[in-house]
Amino acid sequence: MIMLAAILLMQSVPEAPASDAVDWDKEFGVTEKVRDPVTGELPVDPYVQSDSNAGTKPFEGTGMAKAFGDQDGIRRITARTVELSEADPRIAEIFKAHDMVRLKRTLFEQFCYILNAGCSYSGRDMAASHKDMGVRMRDMNALVENLQQAMREENVPFPAQNRFLGKLAPMSRDVVTK
Amino acid sequence: MSRSLSRRCAAHILSTALLFASALAGPAAAEGVFDGGKLLLTNGVSTIEGTSGGGLATWATIGGRGTDAGIGLSAHATVVELPDYGFQSHGVSVGLFNRVELSYARQNFDTRDVGTALGLGKGFTFNQDIFAAKLRLAGDVVYGDPLMPQIAVGIEHKRSADTAVVRAVGAAEGSGTDFTLSATKLFLSHSLLVNTTVRLTKANQNGLLGFGSAAHDDHSLQFEGSVAYQLSRRAVIGAEYRTKPSNLAIAREDDWWDVFAAYAITNNIMITAAYVDLGSIATFDRQRGGFLSAQLAF
Repeated sequence: MIMLAAILLMQSVPEAPASDAVDWDKEFGVTEKVRDPVTGELPVDPYVQSDSNAGTKPFEGTGMAKAFGDQDGIRRITARTVELSEADPRIAEIFKAHDMVRLKRTLFEQFCYILNAGCSYSGRDMAASHKDMGVRMRDMNALVENLQQAMREENVPFPAQNRFLGKLAPMSRDVVTK
Repeated sequence: MSRSLSRRCAAHILSTALLFASALAGPAAAEGVFDGGKLLLTNGVSTIEGTSGGGLATWATIGGRGTDAGIGLSAHATVVELPDYGFQSHGVSVGLFNRVELSYARQNFDTRDVGTALGLGKGFTFNQDIFAAKLRLAGDVVYGDPLMPQIAVGIEHKRSADTAVVRAVGAAEGSGTDFTLSATKLFLSHSLLVNTTVRLTKANQNGLLGFGSAAHDDHSLQFEGSVAYQLSRRAVIGAEYRTKPSNLAIAREDDWWDVFAAYAITNNIMITAAYVDLGSIATFDRQRGGFLSAQLAF
């Protein structure tokens, strides 16, 4: 009870007026990131753009793109995978500090490129884009389950789902860091 | 051991495992110890020897649904209905950080009317306990290099509860130890899981009829192969082949094979049905029949 009272008291202490506040961002050399007014994305450090950043070679032919409903289907699948993951208590925390606008775009580009549905990949490579995320194997599995649900909802045949996962699975070496 | 006692034993082990799992998996899941984070089916089907595998053949997989950051638990009960025998197995296993698997299984092999013919008495039941450990050495069944399998070594210590009887039929010992080396990979591009296992063993009918004989008392190298095709996230069909030594002079022993279908009803319950051919057992040939197994995993 005493502890509780002490906590309540501490919380009622008024905050220092803003005029006296130290500019902590400046003190620590933090620059505020501003979203691009056109794309709505936060800026990232410069990197060399290349399709090879997608982490694997694309499928040949149009069969896989068709199985995924071409670009429209792929767009729905990536958006749904991100939506499910943001709402997934197992992994939501990982996405919180992330630029979801950029993720939705680059994930779509990556899937579209790998599925040979007529896209280039402009994102960073898998090691760079996951380096500070602390993804564990169980997180990767949770993401795979969400992707499987999204593919299922788009009626992607199961063998095609697995073929696609077969392209992504080796990336675990760069994605899983913990 | 009498049948009713072994049944009570089975019920006891399963209820203990269930209590253990429900008591710990609930609250601990939030803390992440029992993370249940493995992809469905990748914990395999409990074998009759209690290890993670495909029902008859041991795989390199680790039992339970824990990942490298958690602990998994698994319990199974299996019945195999054969023309002349009733075969039953139940057990529990613990998977530690997807690295180590520790398991226990009890096998009860009811000779029914054959018991009379063999002079053992009607319904004589061979029983054995199997204590096993498996260590994943390298690789991952799903992730990493698409051609690099998950590789594991295992040890299975088997203790017959009927030493006097198995010696009377010609076995050299009532207990023995198998050593296994397994490689398992799910080739996602073809939805195909392939397993190969080599086993050093002396076991007669996997130990139910003891170990070795006067003429053949060395470990021999045997092979277990499985292929499984994944139909959906929850369903898989497959086939297995397992070679066996034939040490006993009075009773020829055949290789085993089966075709199976497994389905994960929920994330925690998997049912496996199979058609198995266990060949000749204790002079009674063509022991082909149905295999039904339930597995509970966290």
